[in-house]
Amino acid sequence: MNGVKKAMREAYGETLVELGEKNENIVVLDADLSGSTKTALFSKKYPERFFNAGIAEQNMIGMSAGLARTGKTVFASTFAMFATGRAWEQIRNSIAYPKLNVKVCATHSGVTVGEDGASHQMTEDLAIMRVIPNMVVLAPADYYEAKSVIRWCANYEGPVYVRMPRGNTELIFDNEEDAKFELGKARKLKEGTDITIIATGEVVPEALKASEYLSNEGISAEVVSMTSIKPIDEVAISFAKDIIVTLEDHNVIGGLGGAVSEVVSSKGLNKRVLRIGINDTFGKSGPANELLTYYKLDGKSVAETIVKNL
Amino acid sequence: MSTNDKNDKTMEQKIQELTQITKKLRYNIVKMIAKANSGHPGGSLSAIDIVATLYYEIMNQDATNPKMLNRDRFILSKGHACPAVYATLASLNYFSENELWNLRQVGALLQGHPTIDIPGIEANTGSLGQGFSASVGIALGCRLDKYDNNVFTLLGDGECQEGQVWEAAMAAHHYKLDNLIAIVDRNKLQIDGCTEDVMCLGDVKAKFDAFGWNTFEIDGHDYKAIIETVETAKALKNGKPTAIVANTIKGKGVSFMENNVGFHGKAPNTEELEQALNELSN
Repeated sequence: MNGVKKAMREAYGETLVELGEKNENIVVLDADLSGSTKTALFSKKYPERFFNAGIAEQNMIGMSAGLARTGKTVFASTFAMFATGRAWEQIRNSIAYPKLNVKVCATHSGVTVGEDGASHQMTEDLAIMRVIPNMVVLAPADYYEAKSVIRWCANYEGPVYVRMPRGNTELIFDNEEDAKFELGKARKLKEGTDITIIATGEVVPEALKASEYLSNEGISAEVVSMTSIKPIDEVAISFAKDIIVTLEDHNVIGGLGGAVSEVVSSKGLNKRVLRIGINDTFGKSGPANELLTYYKLDGKSVAETIVKNL
Repeated sequence: MSTNDKNDKTMEQKIQELTQITKKLRYNIVKMIAKANSGHPGGSLSAIDIVATLYYEIMNQDATNPKMLNRDRFILSKGHACPAVYATLASLNYFSENELWNLRQVGALLQGHPTIDIPGIEANTGSLGQGFSASVGIALGCRLDKYDNNVFTLLGDGECQEGQVWEAAMAAHHYKLDNLIAIVDRNKLQIDGCTEDVMCLGDVKAKFDAFGWNTFEIDGHDYKAIIETVETAKALKNGKPTAIVANTIKGKGVSFMENNVGFHGKAPNTEELEQALNELSN
């Protein structure tokens, strides 16, 4: 990390354009938020393969299902709230049940949506997407990994949910090759000997910062990035230290913390899981970085929570 | 049955054949639901004349090649009426008629609502409104691939209470899908009673008019009207999708099921089955 920030949604739009050039089978849909989700980059280049559904997310998902049934590789985008919340049952019944080739790529996840407040801050999407059979659930950690994830999606036949935040987030990787995504594989970003912090998505940089603060306290924390929420890397969890801290911009119920806890309990691993995230509450308006501090998801707060709970 | 020679027949021959075919299909619908001891006879019987007419007289389909790329597509958006489609597909040899007698059983091919694992089924439907949106997507995809085919979808009238139906109607007009023909099975009943009492639909045709569609209203049990209206709609190609409101009778063909909301989602008992099969054998 060198402090440089770039938006994952930019990576999404740019990668769609690259993929669309080589693969005429790719079609993209949006629900009146193409400027924000960055699918507008694709629509400008390939207008005949872009379909705006208007403010009608349920129909967007339904149309995606139909397009997939004609052999298209479909990317459908809007904010995480409306993609997974408003159209949950359409994703379940129209896409996941018949296992259609649709990638629901949502942006503006989590409280870091910021000023728009709780109505637009989706902190339940990982939970409600991963509970659907046939769904793959992914949350890239930076711009380069988002590029790799989207490229992987285009080559995978089946339904995928990709979660991306609104803001510019710190670069973790140097380039896309460095960030190459592998389904079901966690990635150790930092070695440590005392505890394991497993983080997902945009708060992975905060996990790295937390490990720095912790080292000042004499605690050696390894940091693992969990991009693939489903399938999850059970081996990586098995090899984690006896104290696991999960970190996510998502409700502590049902998301990364829930998924890791399930593995720990069902495998009978003798480990404690400290879940750090949104504590079963709704978000609030505010600048994203201030909200991270308010909800104690910034590196310093995370370190403090860990020290307090050890 | 070869659908290639359908244009060589006179209208009278078509009507005569469909009358015979649908009698057998109605027989199988009632029998499979009775055997499963669950299912939706009312809406299957109101829809069967439309479904059979599309498959036997209108659509370009081939049971030996159900994934033929330029085929006409049929999506049963009112998925609970799938016994009508299952009976029709079996009669055309998409799968064995024996499958009908395993409807809704553990491990059976034929699920309680349509799934794409079944040869001839284009979309998983049953959750109302969703098949219509899928039909819009299929019509968009077929047009992108420049197929000269048509996409047919059958909606329930009660289904039109779903907001998603009107999202899809708006999109089909916006994208000028004149390869899409939606038929509304207007049997005027839904589980809780008369559609107008449960949630007033009013003038369904006028609603589609307002959404910019070509619209027609017909008797959904009149084979001639179905054939002529669908052929007219196919020929229109005026940049608009077409909606056909088909007035039907729920439970049509079985005296005690007709206009009887009790048979929306209930299988006949042994005596009822016997009477129904008797009526459909004569």
